[in-house]
Amino acid sequence: MKNPMKKLLRGRDWVIAFPYLWLSFFFLVPFAIVFKISFAELQIARPPYSSLFEYGEEILSIKLNFGNYLFLLTDDLYTNAYISSLKIAFISTFYCLLIGFPMAYGIARSSQAVRNLLLMLIVLPSWTSFLIRIYAWIGILKNNGLINNFLMSLGLITEPLALLNTNTAVYIGTVYAYMPFMILPLFTNLVKHDDALLEAASDLGARPWKSFVSITLPLSLPGIMAGSMLVFIPVVGEFVIPELLGGSETLMIGKVLWQEFFNNRDWPVASAVAIVMLIMLAFPLAIFHHYQSREVL
Amino acid sequence: MPTLSEDPQSFVEIKQINKTFDRIVAVKDVNLNIRKGEIFALLGSSGCGKSTLLRMLAGFETPSSGQILIDGEDMANIPPYLRHVNMMFQSYALFPHMTVEKNVAFGLKQEGTPKNIIKKKVAEALSLVEMQNYGKRSPHQLSGGQRQRVALARILVKSPKLLLLDEPMAALDKKLRVQMQLELVDIIERVGVTCVMVTHDQEEAMTMAWRIAVMNEGSIIQVGTPAEIYEFPHNRFCAEFIGSVNIFSGKIAEEKPDQVVIASHEIENKLLISHGLIGNVGTEVAVAIRPEKIVVSRELPQEDCNWAKGVVKDIVYLGGLSTYHVTLTSGKTVMATQVNINRSTQERFTWDDEAYISWSPQSGVVLSS
Repeated sequence: MKNPMKKLLRGRDWVIAFPYLWLSFFFLVPFAIVFKISFAELQIARPPYSSLFEYGEEILSIKLNFGNYLFLLTDDLYTNAYISSLKIAFISTFYCLLIGFPMAYGIARSSQAVRNLLLMLIVLPSWTSFLIRIYAWIGILKNNGLINNFLMSLGLITEPLALLNTNTAVYIGTVYAYMPFMILPLFTNLVKHDDALLEAASDLGARPWKSFVSITLPLSLPGIMAGSMLVFIPVVGEFVIPELLGGSETLMIGKVLWQEFFNNRDWPVASAVAIVMLIMLAFPLAIFHHYQSREVL
Repeated sequence: MPTLSEDPQSFVEIKQINKTFDRIVAVKDVNLNIRKGEIFALLGSSGCGKSTLLRMLAGFETPSSGQILIDGEDMANIPPYLRHVNMMFQSYALFPHMTVEKNVAFGLKQEGTPKNIIKKKVAEALSLVEMQNYGKRSPHQLSGGQRQRVALARILVKSPKLLLLDEPMAALDKKLRVQMQLELVDIIERVGVTCVMVTHDQEEAMTMAWRIAVMNEGSIIQVGTPAEIYEFPHNRFCAEFIGSVNIFSGKIAEEKPDQVVIASHEIENKLLISHGLIGNVGTEVAVAIRPEKIVVSRELPQEDCNWAKGVVKDIVYLGGLSTYHVTLTSGKTVMATQVNINRSTQERFTWDDEAYISWSPQSGVVLSS
């Protein structure tokens, strides 16, 4: 009785081992490499950084360079980029929630047939390349783009609005691109709500708005948190949207990272930037996991 | 059983109520008067319209036509949150993110009751249902019976004019049901609130309610006390829906003062009924006789009617009672329930025994259809 049980467990371990190995090779090892580089020194060489470990004359010397991290503190650019990224991510998340909640609520309350159609419509844009969809926004937002041409033909404005290459365009892009990540977890939560609870609240004397605030909203908190984190975390490190839609005023850490790596070819500083970002995101990630596990329950 | 007042003062008046959903008739021409302080049950199988009727009283559904008056006030255009009517949901619908205390306090908060009064009233309500020690728990930490008590406290704390119970025992297991039925009635009667309940369980309706309305296909079939409905069903549906029954169809053969003789091809002797029927000779009727009113015996009955000869085909032994399925010479099978008074099994019937069944003239009821 004991032996087959053991065998079964071993078989199960193997199944679990696969994703573990996958994550180790393609996530943990690259992370270790980036972490290592962040303590190296810049060199005009190939690769463009010094190695941490040197072995010579029976002495293993490890050279850790904290300068990259200190450099991030001394130059305002990085601090500002971090703050600006967090701010843009926060505001984008807020707008996603503001627009996404009513949409998710509407979908959850619609009939089965309509619901599937609406969910399809939410997911459908993702079938097109992310890059192409963001490019399309350039066509919509530019000076002689769809919006400006439409408003000018109506005579509402005489000069085109400066939409493209502004932070507004970045918000439009992020809200547009990450909306499904807000709507889907919210929908999964809201669709499970028991109508009897709202009826009970109404029966006990709560007006519709009060029922919403005291019943629907607190019960959808896990969905709100899950959706918000799914938007917030990737937007902090977003590169494509600020690059294509943002302007000179748009300062985001994803862009800074790109510049360090490809323009300055300063891999150690770029790695430090990446590591700090990861540490910063660990906190919201922990929140996400907390609510995600509650949602499963 | 509490006695009802001689002059039934209607507290809830349901007048000519109809409700259709997408051309499907859920409730059809319902007229009902519910008296102040009584426990009234709407009894019927699923889809009979009883829940729709209850939801119209609560205000969750609007009647397609007709009028509902509660304490003389027309309920049309009054939303659920402004009605002094509270409902206990089938699932109890306790708010999962609030403690027991907060659940009970919810209704009072909506009224803007001061905090200290809320606290006092919540404590009173919880002790009424004997849940005073569970105030800080959350609903998922409670058993089914405890949840029901909290749900009851949550609505009683509002001092409603009318209490609605939607299948109050459906979420409980069978053993707990019987206990909670009596307890619930006890609490409701102590509070003295008028109560309308919906159930598909005839035993539950008979245990809890003072009066029952039997519903079928959106209409009310019969209204009466449990005893009235059981002993004097108006029609075949009521007779068959509540309890078991033997039904003989036949024609009125003879009318005497205070009694009527019915001839049925299903039984060799005539059926004599000694109470209430006005009908002409030759009218087609059905006679209902409850199994417990039929005596099974080995001796030939001396009367010239209300008996038949048959063979015991099936015996359902239930300990206290045995139900005999006796097939008559006409081929009809009649159920007869006998109390097993004697412990000895020798006197009892066994399969394929010949037996006589008989009943008194008071036992039969003539059904209208």
